[in-house]
Amino acid sequence: MIESDVTLDTLGYFCPMPIILTSKKIKELATGQVLQVLSDDEGIKKDMPAWCQTTGHEWVGLEEEGADAKRVYRVFVRKAG
Amino acid sequence: MNSTQVEPATTLAGLRAAKPERVTIVLLSGEMDKAMAAFIIATGAAAMGMQVTMFFTFWGLNVIRKPGATSAARDVLRKMFGWLNKGGAARLPISRFNFGGLGAAMMTKVMRDNRMPGVPELIDTAQDLGVTLIACTTTLGLLGLSKDTLIDGVDQLAGVSTYLAEAKDGSVNLFI
Repeated sequence: MIESDVTLDTLGYFCPMPIILTSKKIKELATGQVLQVLSDDEGIKKDMPAWCQTTGHEWVGLEEEGADAKRVYRVFVRKAG
Repeated sequence: MNSTQVEPATTLAGLRAAKPERVTIVLLSGEMDKAMAAFIIATGAAAMGMQVTMFFTFWGLNVIRKPGATSAARDVLRKMFGWLNKGGAARLPISRFNFGGLGAAMMTKVMRDNRMPGVPELIDTAQDLGVTLIACTTTLGLLGLSKDTLIDGVDQLAGVSTYLAEAKDGSVNLFI
């Protein structure tokens, strides 16, 4: 279980919304805090690490729960300074 | 219209902030599917902290037309053309299976039912994220359009030199 400070729910949203909502939400965090993003879009598994690589925020990890259509991804990003 | 400028997604001082990566997109097409692809890439890039400029030319201008705005042309041919060539982000055709608008309406319904943003919402998001929208002056005139027939927030009217000046510094340049 990865610890997080703030959670962002993007369930039901498709690309590009999870990334756009993440880029807005991360501004509310302090440096070093961890944002947890909930998504049911499988693309998030590759998109969020790519977003981190480009923006400089730290990719912390991914947790998956549920199966098939009910699968939920929890991705964790640490805000860079 | 919210026109808040979004800073590059991090305060990763210095380098990135001083010289963000640039993306340019030329949208020549006026179909919903192609406009969606263009705006999804534009908003995604802006969310990644890139500086995005979109150029609209020919049918792409229909995407950023105010709904119901009529041609400003005075000569008959262009006036007629402006009348035939309807625009507005909410009423774009799709490039296959449009069937006189039925296909586009069906696709819009499926998108709405699945909470996928349509072209009007994507344009709002792009403007919110600070994407620069530029309309091509030559084709604007050719199609009998003027600046007042375009949506608010179209940052400037310009030509090919402006596009090239931006594109030569761009790491991603797309023509859709």
